[in-house]
Amino acid sequence: MSKTKGLHGVRPIDVERGQVDLSHGAGGRAMTQLIEELFFDALGNEVLNREHDAALVELPPGRVVMSTDSFVISPIFFPGGDIGSLSVHGTVNDLAMGGGVPKYLTVGFILEEGFPLKDLKRIVGSMAKAAQDAGVTIVSGDTKVVERGKGDGIFINTAGVGVVSDGVVIGGHLARPGDKVLVSGTLGDHGVAVMSKRENLSFTTEILSDAQSLNGLTTAMLESVPGIRVLRDPTRGGLSAALNEIAQQSGVGVALDEAQLPIRPEVKSACELLGLDPLNVANEGKLVAICAAEDAEKLLAVMREHPKGKDAAIVGDVIDDPRHFVHLRTGFGGKRLVDWLAGEQLPRIC
Amino acid sequence: MCLAVPARIVKMYEGGMADVELEGVIKDVSVELVDDVTVGDYVIVHVGYALAKLDPEEAERTLALFAQAGATA
Amino acid sequence: MKYIEEFRDPELAQNLAKGIAEAVDPGRDYAFMEFCGGHTHAIARYGVEDLLPDNIRMIHGPGCPVCVLPVARVDKAIALATDHDVILCTYADLMRVPGSKFDSLIKARSRGADIRMVYSVTDALKIAEGNPDRQVVFFAIGFETTTPPTAVALRIAKAKGLKNFSVHCNHVLTPAAMRAILGAPGDPTRITIDGFVGPSHVSAVIGMQPYHEFTEDYAKPVVIAGFEPLDVMQAILQLVQQVNDGRADVENEYARAVTEEGNAKAIALMDEVFDLRDSFEWRGLGSVPHSALKIAPDYAGFDAELRFDVQTPAPRENKACACGDVLRGEKTPEQCKLYGDPCTPENPLGACMVSSEGACAAQWTYGRFRQQDLVAE
Repeated sequence: MSKTKGLHGVRPIDVERGQVDLSHGAGGRAMTQLIEELFFDALGNEVLNREHDAALVELPPGRVVMSTDSFVISPIFFPGGDIGSLSVHGTVNDLAMGGGVPKYLTVGFILEEGFPLKDLKRIVGSMAKAAQDAGVTIVSGDTKVVERGKGDGIFINTAGVGVVSDGVVIGGHLARPGDKVLVSGTLGDHGVAVMSKRENLSFTTEILSDAQSLNGLTTAMLESVPGIRVLRDPTRGGLSAALNEIAQQSGVGVALDEAQLPIRPEVKSACELLGLDPLNVANEGKLVAICAAEDAEKLLAVMREHPKGKDAAIVGDVIDDPRHFVHLRTGFGGKRLVDWLAGEQLPRIC
Repeated sequence: MCLAVPARIVKMYEGGMADVELEGVIKDVSVELVDDVTVGDYVIVHVGYALAKLDPEEAERTLALFAQAGATA
Repeated sequence: MKYIEEFRDPELAQNLAKGIAEAVDPGRDYAFMEFCGGHTHAIARYGVEDLLPDNIRMIHGPGCPVCVLPVARVDKAIALATDHDVILCTYADLMRVPGSKFDSLIKARSRGADIRMVYSVTDALKIAEGNPDRQVVFFAIGFETTTPPTAVALRIAKAKGLKNFSVHCNHVLTPAAMRAILGAPGDPTRITIDGFVGPSHVSAVIGMQPYHEFTEDYAKPVVIAGFEPLDVMQAILQLVQQVNDGRADVENEYARAVTEEGNAKAIALMDEVFDLRDSFEWRGLGSVPHSALKIAPDYAGFDAELRFDVQTPAPRENKACACGDVLRGEKTPEQCKLYGDPCTPENPLGACMVSSEGACAAQWTYGRFRQQDLVAE
C-alpha cells in the first residue's frame, strides 16, 4: 500500500520529463515516492513490497552460493540490452557458474543528480523482465543519489544468493589434463555490440549483445553431466581471460583449436577493422565448461538442445603444462599463445 | 604500421566519404586518396582512409601462385 | 571475409611450407628481415615460424612507428596534454608507451589530462569542430601508410579554417630506416640480412621505386608482401629463390594493392603538406638523416610544435633496455636482460614491449611458450 499516494500536495513523479535530484536519495518522502512509483511498479513482489531493511527469504536445502557484481557500463543502452538487464544476468550467471540455482537478488542504485527518470524507468523495466526470464526475485534494494558530476549517470550493484545441490562440485581449480573445453555459443558478440556504439569507434552492425541468463542452461547441463568440473562465464577479458584464470587455478595448460571456435562473421570483421582479437572480447551470455573427455559429447548434445546453447562447440583440451599456458592451434597449422591481457584491449591500428 | 583491411564500397557520398562493408559491418571512410572508385570496388582501408584499390585479377594470380608453390621444386 | 580468408587458407599454407622446404639450400642459413610491424604481428599470431624450415631465421625489423618513437617525443605528448590544457588525440597504440620515468598517456589521463583515443584523424577533426573553444592537437605517428591521412586532415583543416586544430608531426620514412639498419654498404659491423620482406601498405602508397636502392647499392633482394600469412610465406619463398639464384631484385607479391608507382595522389599530397626533416632521433637507431617529416611552411599555422612551447626535461631511457639492439635485429628479445622480468606487456620498460607488434611483445604474447627456459613455478 502506497505511503505517499493521496498525501496532500504530493504529485506523482513526472517520469517522462523528470530527473533524479538529491532529494530522491535523501531517505525522505521523495525517495519513498521514487521507490514506490518507479521501482515497485516494475519490480514489485511480496517481499520487496514489505520494505523492511532486510528481506526474509526461505532457501531450499543445499549449500549456499552468493555473488555480487557492480555495473558501470557505458553506453547504458546498447544493441541487445542495457545496464539493467546486464546487472541481473551478470549476477545470475555468476551464481550459475558456481553450480548454483539462483533464487534471490538485491539491487543497489547509485544515481547521478540529473539522470532522466525516463531512462531509469526503462532500465528498471529491463531488470524486471530479466529477473522474470531468469526465474529470480529481487527482494531488496537501495538507492543513493550523488551530486552532478560525481557519478556517470547510473551505477548498479546486484548481489545474489542461490543453492547448490548435493553432488555438484565445481571450481576453477578442478580442471585436469585430458578434459575437454566447451563453449556455449558464439564469442565476442557483447563487446562488439557495445563498441559499435562508442563514440570514437562507431560502425554499423546488426550484432546484438548476447546478454542473457544462463541458469536454465547450467541446470540442464548439470542434470545430464553432474561431474562437470568447471563452469565460467567469459565476461571482461573474453575467453582468453577465463581460460588463463582456470589454467592458473588448476595448474594445467589449455590447447584450443581455432577452427572450432564459434565466432560470427560480423564479429570477426569488426575485430579485423579495429585490430582486436575476438578471444579478448567480452561475452555476457556465454559460458565455458570443462568436463571429463568421456562426457564431452553428451554435454555438447545437451547444450545444443537448449535454446541458449545452440551454437555450443568443443573447442579444446586441457593438457599438462607446467607453465600453465593457453595456446591455440591456428587455422593455419601454426601454434600461438593466447595470452592473458595486461589491461583493457585497445584497438590496434598498427 | 600497416593494419589495413580490404573492404567493399557499398555507398559513395559527396565530399570524399564512402561506406565500406566488411562481412556485414559497415564503416564510413574517406576515399580522398583514391581516384576512380565506385560502389562494388574493394579498397584497402587504414585508419579510416582508403589507400588503394584492390585489383581482383592480381588477387587471383597471387592465389594461384600459392597453389603452385608446392609443385615447384 | 573476401580477400582476407583466402589468404589464410591452411591447405595453401601447407603447400607453401612444402615449397619453401624444398627450395632452401640445406647447406646454408637464411636471415630475412620483415621490416613492417604488421608483418611481425602476423607472423607471431599465425605461428608462421612453425611452418618454416630451421635454417630460415626471421629478424623483426623496426617498422613499428610506436616502437621507434623516442622517449623524448612521448614526453612531449604527455606534456602537451598535461601542461597546455589541450585535447590530445592519439591512436590507441600510443596510450601505454612509456616515456621518461615510466609515465605514459594512459597514466596522464588518469591524472586528469584530456587525452582521447581516436581510430582516425578524421575523428580528431570532428572533436575540434565540436569544441571550438578548446585547442585540439592530433599527435601524428606512423610510416607512409598513415601519413597521407594526416595530410588530408591538414588540408581539410586549412580549407575550413579550423583555428583550434593542430598536428604534432612524428611521421617517419621507411627507406631511410632500412638504410639505417643496413648501414653503409659493406659495413662489416652490421648483421647479415639476406633480404627484406617489404611492407604491405607503405608500399601501396610509395610504390616499388624507393626499394631499388637496396637491391642496387646493397645487393639485397626485397619482396613486397601482402598482409596475410600466406603473403608472407610466398614472399619468403621468393626471397629464398632470389638468394639461391644470386639475384637482388624488387619483387611485388602484393600486386593486388601495390603498383610500381604507388599512389600518386597520396604522394603528391604528402609533398604538399610535409617537408623533410634534416634528421630525426629514432629509438634504437639513433639520429637518422632525412628520415622524418615536419609540417611544411604553407601549413605552419597547424603545426603544434610552433603553436605550443612544450618544455620537457631531458629524456631518460633505461640503460639496460635493449630496444635499440632488438629493433636493429642485433639481439633477440630473450637476449635483453629485462625481457620477461621485469619487462612484460603488463609492465613495459621499452617500446618493443608496449606495442603489440613490437618484437618483444609479439614474442612474449604469442610465442613465449616456445622458450624452454621459461618455466612456471
